[in-house]
Amino acid sequence: MARIAGRAWKFGDDVDTDVIIPARYLYTHDPGVLAAHCLEVADPRFPAGVRPGDVVVAGRNFGCGSSREHAPRALQACGVAAVVAASFARIFFRNAVNLGLLLVESPEAVERVQPGEYIEIDGEKGLLRLSSGETIPVRFPEGAAAEVQQAGGLVEYVRSRLAARAVPAPGAGAEGTIQGE
Amino acid sequence: MAHAMTAAEKILAAHAGRKQVVPGETVWARVDWCLANDITAPLAIEQMRAMGCDRVFDPARVILVPDHFVPAKDIASAAQARVMREFAREQGIVHYYEVGRMGIEHALLPELGILRPGDLLVGADSHTCTCGALGVFATGVGSTDLACAMALGELWFRVPATVRVEFRGRLPGWVGGKDLALFLISQLGTEGANYLALEFTGEAIAQLPLDGRLTLSNMAVEAGAKAGLVPVGPWQSDEEAPVAARYTWEVSHLEPQVACPYSPAQVVPVREVAGTPVDQVVIGSCTNGRLSDLAVAARILAGRKVHPQVRLIVIPATQDVYRRALEAGFIATFLEAGAAVSTPTCGPCLGGYMGVLAEGEVCLATTNRNFRGRMGHPESRVYLAGPAVAAATAVAGCIAHPEEVIGGGPHRG
Ligand code: SF4
Repeated sequence: MARIAGRAWKFGDDVDTDVIIPARYLYTHDPGVLAAHCLEVADPRFPAGVRPGDVVVAGRNFGCGSSREHAPRALQACGVAAVVAASFARIFFRNAVNLGLLLVESPEAVERVQPGEYIEIDGEKGLLRLSSGETIPVRFPEGAAAEVQQAGGLVEYVRSRLAARAVPAPGAGAEGTIQGE
Repeated sequence: MAHAMTAAEKILAAHAGRKQVVPGETVWARVDWCLANDITAPLAIEQMRAMGCDRVFDPARVILVPDHFVPAKDIASAAQARVMREFAREQGIVHYYEVGRMGIEHALLPELGILRPGDLLVGADSHTCTCGALGVFATGVGSTDLACAMALGELWFRVPATVRVEFRGRLPGWVGGKDLALFLISQLGTEGANYLALEFTGEAIAQLPLDGRLTLSNMAVEAGAKAGLVPVGPWQSDEEAPVAARYTWEVSHLEPQVACPYSPAQVVPVREVAGTPVDQVVIGSCTNGRLSDLAVAARILAGRKVHPQVRLIVIPATQDVYRRALEAGFIATFLEAGAAVSTPTCGPCLGGYMGVLAEGEVCLATTNRNFRGRMGHPESRVYLAGPAVAAATAVAGCIAHPEEVIGGGPHRG
């Protein structure tokens, strides 16, 4: 898993998907439009100020509300590299994993990170490093969710699984076997 | 010895090919059924093609139901419904149900008789949890998830911890599954069951007819739950299985419940809001559009008239419910009372059509969500209740306890 380093944008509890991207922009999933309005309701400086690699840090139940996949797409369109939260709402969690957005769950990290602070996330070691150099152990999606995330999302994951199926197993198609049985 | 598991864990373990799963872990599991509707299928179809897949994993295991905006309400909805219809033809989908033979997906599924206890069902619709009442692990997912399930016949799941809810006692008259659901949500809050599987047990559940259980499981998602199970057959929770929480509620004295704008958790006993004038009453939806719901409404409306200042819209949830309500004389009762009766559709439930509210209008509906603007103008207001309160309200012209109407109690002038 890649290392991520960027500035933290801090938000509170219950940031819902309408706050991440209001319904009035759902006429499109054009990344430019989504990025221009992402999180503007919670922090009007965010869309213009966010830089690729930055990290969103929020409290409990991040991504609650409507199931729109536009919410994680909007964060990705802004260049957000990861979301660190005390907890994630269920469908947002799925949608983010499916779209390949890195999620980190850690109530402690959320408490310690200061707005604007430069932080690092080390996926290999399972750590979040504060600007003071201090480290906090954090949790990443595990098991099947991690596989999907590492493949770059669910579309890519399924693509490669289907491609693997299409490749004949070693030995198949050898002399004397019948094709297409 | 095998580790003790809950019903939800047993079903997921069986589909993941594992002896055991534990809450919090994510696993790949085989899905038995994939469900989508005219709004969510087109995006899922697009994503499935992006995955490089041109055939669904099994055309007999994909269920496609046009219900939200059909019979098509406008050109855009007609185009969406066509995308799904053409896909169903191209793929040879066995369970595709056309207008005139369909029903609201979550009411139609139990009627089809194809789901078995212990099955795993995913649907690109949040109320997929309805079929939990059949002992099925049924959960709502996004369109990309559904695309994956249609392509591979598998999907990843985070195993939910279970919350066991026991309803003790016998339900009083005029109180049913909807009242239990609203009471439950008022106790847990709208995110009280996030990531969790709710499991319903107790005497009141054992005595509740299947229709009422479907209503209760339907609204599990309004508390944030991933599933709302009534365990059936061998798929029971082990007594020693660890659970996230246990609740026990005595419901023998439960009054009919009403959820006030703008949250399904903003619940009060009906007497606290009795007398609130309404402009419209809707009886229908995947929550309360089944035959027993129409039977309750017909009992109250028989020989009575809808209040002159109220519009009553009755929508049988499926074609079969419609036909049986006709045979039982319920439809004639509704028509004589002055109600509008429609072919099955989601229509007004999501503010689509067939009963959209104007600014300032008030509606009492047997649907499941009363968020701001859900049924029309952001300044309209929706109250949620069961079919008995809904029918009584249509007659009284204001929110009313069924007993008041049956007993000739207060009435809006
Ligand atoms: S009736 Fe309402 S809640 Fe049920 S599926 Fe249709 S729109 Fe959704």
